[in-house]
Amino acid sequence: MTRWGMAIDTDRCTGCGACVVACHAENNIQTVGEEEARNGRAMHWMRIERHYEGVFPDVRIRFMPVLCQHCAAAPCEPVCPVYATYRNPEGLNAMVYSRCIGTRYCANNCPYSVRFFNWHGGEWPEPLQLQLNPDVAVRPAGVMEKCTFCVQRIQDVKGRARSEDRPVLDGEIRTACAQSCPAQAIVFGDLEDPTSRVAQLARSDRAERLLGDLGTNPSVIYLKGGE
Amino acid sequence: MSAPSKGREDVLFRPLSGVRPGLVACTILAAMLAGVLWFCWGYQIRYDIGVAGINRPVFWGLYIATFVFWIGISHAGTLISAILRVTSAEWRRPVTRCAEAITVFALMIGGLFPLIHLGRPWLFWYMVPLPNHRGLWPNFRSPLAWDMMAIFTYLSGSILYFLLPMIPDLAILRDRAVAEDRGRFRARLYRLLALGWRGTPQQWFSLEGGIKAMAVIVIPVAVSVHTIVSWDFAMTMQPMWHSTIFGPYFVAGAIHSGIAVLLVAMYVLRRVLKVGDYLTDQVFSNLGLLSLTFALIWGYFTFAEHLPVWYAREPSETAILLQRVSGDYAAAFWAMVILNVVVPLGVLSFPRGRRPVGTLFVGLCVLVGMWIERYLIVVGSLRFPRLDFTLGSYQPTWVELGILAGSFGMFALMYLLFMQLAPVVSIWEVREGEQHASRVGGGVEPEPHPVVPHPLGKRA
Repeated sequence: MTRWGMAIDTDRCTGCGACVVACHAENNIQTVGEEEARNGRAMHWMRIERHYEGVFPDVRIRFMPVLCQHCAAAPCEPVCPVYATYRNPEGLNAMVYSRCIGTRYCANNCPYSVRFFNWHGGEWPEPLQLQLNPDVAVRPAGVMEKCTFCVQRIQDVKGRARSEDRPVLDGEIRTACAQSCPAQAIVFGDLEDPTSRVAQLARSDRAERLLGDLGTNPSVIYLKGGE
Repeated sequence: MSAPSKGREDVLFRPLSGVRPGLVACTILAAMLAGVLWFCWGYQIRYDIGVAGINRPVFWGLYIATFVFWIGISHAGTLISAILRVTSAEWRRPVTRCAEAITVFALMIGGLFPLIHLGRPWLFWYMVPLPNHRGLWPNFRSPLAWDMMAIFTYLSGSILYFLLPMIPDLAILRDRAVAEDRGRFRARLYRLLALGWRGTPQQWFSLEGGIKAMAVIVIPVAVSVHTIVSWDFAMTMQPMWHSTIFGPYFVAGAIHSGIAVLLVAMYVLRRVLKVGDYLTDQVFSNLGLLSLTFALIWGYFTFAEHLPVWYAREPSETAILLQRVSGDYAAAFWAMVILNVVVPLGVLSFPRGRRPVGTLFVGLCVLVGMWIERYLIVVGSLRFPRLDFTLGSYQPTWVELGILAGSFGMFALMYLLFMQLAPVVSIWEVREGEQHASRVGGGVEPEPHPVVPHPLGKRA
């Protein structure tokens, strides 16, 4: 079995935001504009939270990239009345856009606030439509969306491995955020494979999960505590 | 049937024949206000759900608050009337009809709001368990799926419960319309709705059995509906929503707001249709006492809901609680407490306050207060999610406010049409009550409360 997971080293993260931009480009996420962003409708599947640690003058900022945690016990899943969001066999918390009717119940029940609603349909005025990724569906208005762990890249690599009659290698799949991270703070891989890098990092003393006490069992592991 | 009530009954038949300019004018005004709802909804469908003020993290806003509000109001009729019927409270007879009408209309409007709230309302039927070749079913684990089934069950049950006891009255109207040979539309309508009622013993037997069965069935259904509405919130892990007390708390609030609407509607009926002979001061006083009871129950639940949160000091919940009692929502919260508990307590505790004007005042206060409660629960919690990086704000837009106002127009429109098409007081049930009273009390109507001498010699 496979369970896709991600380790994010907050000791390495510089908060540059490259992952956010890469995610936008890879996944055809709409940019909503100034006014809508002010109304609380900005859409970033990946966001960088700033946390201030310590007491002045001994203060440091810790950057925390937050994305869908792909929980094993995802609170968003049982509340959707139409199975528009469900857990797929490889541990992804998947969205079926065409099934979503827009109750937004999943987003209310997400303790990480990582679900984004298309209040309006996205617009890509000429020639911006040329930058759309053909492997990713453009979501219409009235539909929920969120991080997919770049499922199109997972599918692509799996297909290639199958055609070459070999297993998917560790590190072969790189999500857009992991690929673009200059500090290499993001590692993606199979948590069920004990030899994978992400599984090794998940076992580290520095590993912790966001809001771990809620029992959602996230697939994203944050590394923190070293310098 | 009984002769003495013939003259008294005229007042019930008067709005049911001919055209009353005042009522027609009101109906047109209400229809225009109702039109605002449909215009705003059409606008929202055309220009996307984004024209509403909801955002992240306040994914649910005024629509859901108003949905809970209207579903709550629907508990006026069926539940109250069923409880009074099951317990054979004699004073219920003139009240049941106008209360049951509130239920049916409020449910229709309440049921509209989740659809208005959807991002893609034209796909709402994905929630309906329709057999299909892909074997795709709705998610029965989702409280929203329960919600829809509960509301449809309650709606169909309360329509039955509304129409069943109306059959003999519709037959009376049919016979009158035929005898007077005017109003062919009405004659045809009543003939259709009276379902061939002839008043045979067999028919009476079946009808009374049916009414009794529906009265018993509809009580647990009504309780379950608002419990499930509360579970839309309580089943989540959103702070201040995840509460075990929400089921009974919501049911109590629903009945509280239901009685409030009933008091307002009864006052309007009494003034407009002059049915004071039926909706007597005593009826207002009795319902006033019921309202007082539910003000206390609701106040108790509100206290029991908030105090443990304050004591436990769980950070994500405490943040919301403090915003509610002393922060952004303090004014709304304390206004809610005053309108829902303090005002009913101050007015209805005294016999003078339980006169129709007093109960009207309390009814209006409780309506506003209960709407605020739902708004605070929905918006006041969602604005403050667990990860405080995503704090939100929310301001309803004109589309949402238009739909809110339009929903009141819809309700007024349906109620006005009901007033002009069916007797607002159940004629046969009142006649039955009079016969019953004359059999038992030898022609004298028994006092609603027997006068018992006070032990200290004062007037009881």
